[in-house]
Amino acid sequence: MTEASGPLLSVEDISVRFGALMALSRVSVEVHRREILAIIGPNGAGKTTLLNVVSGFYHPYEGRIRFEGRDRTSLKPPDVAELGIARTFQNVALFRGMSVLDNIMTGRLLKMGGHFLLDAVWYGPARRQELAHRAAVERIIDFLEIQAIRKTPAGRLPYGLQKRVELARALAAEPKLLLLDEPMAGMNVEEKEDMCRFILDVNSEFGTTIALIEHDMGVVMDISDRVVVLDYGRKIADGPPEQVRKDQAVLDAYLGVAHD
Amino acid sequence: MIYREAGQFKTTYAGDQAIFPILQDRVFVGLVALAAFVAVPLLANEYWLQAILIPFLIYALAAIGLNLLTGYAGLLSLGTGGFMAVGAYSAFKLATAFPWLNVILVFVLAGVCAAGVGLLFGIPSLRIKGFYLAVATLAAQFFLIWLFNKVGWFVNYAPSGTATAPPRTMLGVMVTGPQATAPVRYLVALGLVVLFALVAKNLVRGRIGRSWMAIRDRDIAAEIIGVRPLRTKLLAFAISSFYCGVAGAELLFLYLGSVETLAFDINLSFLILFMVIIGGLGSILGSFLGAAFIVLVPIFLTNVPNWIGLDMRTDTQKHLELMIFGGLIIFFLIVEPHGLARLWQITKEKLRLWPFPH
Amino acid sequence: MIEFLRSLVLPFADMVSSPTFFVEVLVGGIAAGLMYSLVALGFVLIFKASGVFNFAQGVMVLFAALTLVGLMERGMPVPVALALTVAVMIALAFAIERVVLRPLVNQEHIILFMATIGLNFFLEGLGEQLWGSNVKRLDIGIPDESFSVAGVLLNKLELSAALTAAVLVTVLAVFFQRTRIGRALRAVADDHEAALSIGIPLKTIWVIVWSVAGIVAIAAGVMWGAKSGVQFSLSLVALKALPVLILGGFESVPGAIVGGLIIGVGEKVAEVYWGPLVGGAIENWFAYVLALAFLLFRPQGLFGERIIERV
Repeated sequence: MTEASGPLLSVEDISVRFGALMALSRVSVEVHRREILAIIGPNGAGKTTLLNVVSGFYHPYEGRIRFEGRDRTSLKPPDVAELGIARTFQNVALFRGMSVLDNIMTGRLLKMGGHFLLDAVWYGPARRQELAHRAAVERIIDFLEIQAIRKTPAGRLPYGLQKRVELARALAAEPKLLLLDEPMAGMNVEEKEDMCRFILDVNSEFGTTIALIEHDMGVVMDISDRVVVLDYGRKIADGPPEQVRKDQAVLDAYLGVAHD
Repeated sequence: MIYREAGQFKTTYAGDQAIFPILQDRVFVGLVALAAFVAVPLLANEYWLQAILIPFLIYALAAIGLNLLTGYAGLLSLGTGGFMAVGAYSAFKLATAFPWLNVILVFVLAGVCAAGVGLLFGIPSLRIKGFYLAVATLAAQFFLIWLFNKVGWFVNYAPSGTATAPPRTMLGVMVTGPQATAPVRYLVALGLVVLFALVAKNLVRGRIGRSWMAIRDRDIAAEIIGVRPLRTKLLAFAISSFYCGVAGAELLFLYLGSVETLAFDINLSFLILFMVIIGGLGSILGSFLGAAFIVLVPIFLTNVPNWIGLDMRTDTQKHLELMIFGGLIIFFLIVEPHGLARLWQITKEKLRLWPFPH
Repeated sequence: MIEFLRSLVLPFADMVSSPTFFVEVLVGGIAAGLMYSLVALGFVLIFKASGVFNFAQGVMVLFAALTLVGLMERGMPVPVALALTVAVMIALAFAIERVVLRPLVNQEHIILFMATIGLNFFLEGLGEQLWGSNVKRLDIGIPDESFSVAGVLLNKLELSAALTAAVLVTVLAVFFQRTRIGRALRAVADDHEAALSIGIPLKTIWVIVWSVAGIVAIAAGVMWGAKSGVQFSLSLVALKALPVLILGGFESVPGAIVGGLIIGVGEKVAEVYWGPLVGGAIENWFAYVLALAFLLFRPQGLFGERIIERV
């Protein structure tokens, strides 16, 4: 399988059901290499569910998920992480008791290894590994401009900074695909601008493919290469931002035309 | 003005990640170590060593063990006494079955046995959390104590039902048994607790500690980063039980000399848990502070009324002790959930600014 | 090996060949089980209404019994002593709400759980300091003697304890399902904010449930105390309520009853028929191991609602 052929991630006809509620019905989405894909839709449209299926928290009762061409439908979250998929959460899921540095270092766990007895000794391989990864983490800290809060416990940070640290933690894993669940929710204009800049920089400098959920239409239109629109668990539009903006089904969904 | 880190810049990540990054701390720790290893064995009397220092060191080791599990990995256990009993009885069996075995090696192997048992009782932790798990560890506590009580094999069919530490020498010096002097037993316990505290610190400041704390703080986010919950929790159970097992073996060999299962009943589990809460959840230093505190309170209650001329009955002391422990648990959970270790840190920060208020 | 397997199966034959003895064992188990249910009910009440797992429920049983016996020893007639004990338990509920719960509101459950472990030890020390730690007899006027029905020996005391437990359990179940306050309590359990918004102060609710739990503790304390004397081991018996809760689910009143019966009967039968095989005294751990095995297959308990984790 060559690097460039086919989409990075393809979600094919998946359906997810919670009891009687159809959270997703036969949704197909492709994420192409190096693009920024925005997933939008009204509340309860199934956006976060889609992300949860991709990260392995839920399993679809029908449909398939392929990552780099291979079937990855029934993986658990740690397996998904090993494939190179990282994500952030809608309402920030940082490790509150740990320092910012430790939070981001945790993002590199999969890149670290060795026997736990070596860790117990510390001096030798464990220390060398620790320092090498510390250097990599420091580069991410510089990149996201959070040098000053390195040693602060994550739980004590203001909300905007927490979101940035969560992005740093996801980046530390050097993912192929980065899933962001409302990375700008609850931010002020200035913080949003910073976050937009970081997302664009991550995409252009590291070549990371990004799929994000966002409510701010201005942001979506500005930064995304392609937009997927969900409504009531179905995909109603898929295309470049300008095209989606004019789509009648999308306008109906947002303006609240009666569903029948 | 004495305690300042001003001017001590870290130019390497290695320097920044040292256990004691500040010079003054290193000097202080060096002095404490010197006092503990040289001055105390020379100066302290039998009472101090036997009644205070030796139990303090052994409890501190057990508290570190429980703190790894509860403070770092966030898994509450009420079975500490049971795991310590596994250590004590397997050490007894090993030492009597293989008399030529070095006693330190006996302790370590006893720890390994306890780790195996801990692993077994840790399996439910994948599916259950919080107080459900606490109830599951109670099963370990009651079952293990019953087992050691009922099966004569564990005490070599001694009619009294007690396990007695056999006399063993190390480098020609008597370490266990009735002839071992208190300073020698103290030094063995001290050496072990220092060694294992360093090991614990190394574990928690690196990869493994981070995966434990990640599971503790936000298990869902930890999984998506690639932390495998079962493996991580089981490792915490195994290592924690190893520490408790070694501490249990020491309790028999270095402190009590002979034990019945009663020594490891549920009250011991609670006692160790109190040390962890009062000392500070998620702090190795806190385990030492908590152990010191719990050992000293009863001694304080025995002696203070005498000094001030008050006549206190022993059962009153016992009740007061319970009330003080209980009250302090609540107090610390409300006021300072990070315990004495956090208070120590605050004192240091104050000291750094002294004589200025801010 | 064959011998061992035979000895495992043999008790079943014993049960069939001596049915009256088997019934006696069952009745003993049911009586003990209802007592466990009574203690477990106290847990469920508090857990349902406040989400607090009250580890000190066992010691509250001990504390209530100690207070009652202490007052009676000082020459008070039973009704007065009982009324005073109720007052003490209500005062205790106020104190606990003010000193322990209010400062810890919105803390993680595990922190509150550990605080109740602290409360457990505090109350144990206080109770024994106030009333003494020697074993006390509690005479409530029902003789500890047996009579025979159709060849089955029944104990009067156990029977009346079982009856009391059954009545109390029914009253509480009705209270929760039918009365206005009961429904309000359940509302609080489901959603603190919603309850506040319809005008129920959380403070009041907590005092009420802890008071009710205290009164349930008195009942349990009287029953256990009359049977085996008032002493520290009462609080250990109460620990058995924990496996009962795991079986029944933490939030279910019927669960507490069925769980209690299963544990009570299960451990009695296991002790009497299989206990001798392994040296006896398996009552100490049987309930916990049973609960542990249960946890592996149905973590939410028999009647608990399935826990769906939101991501």
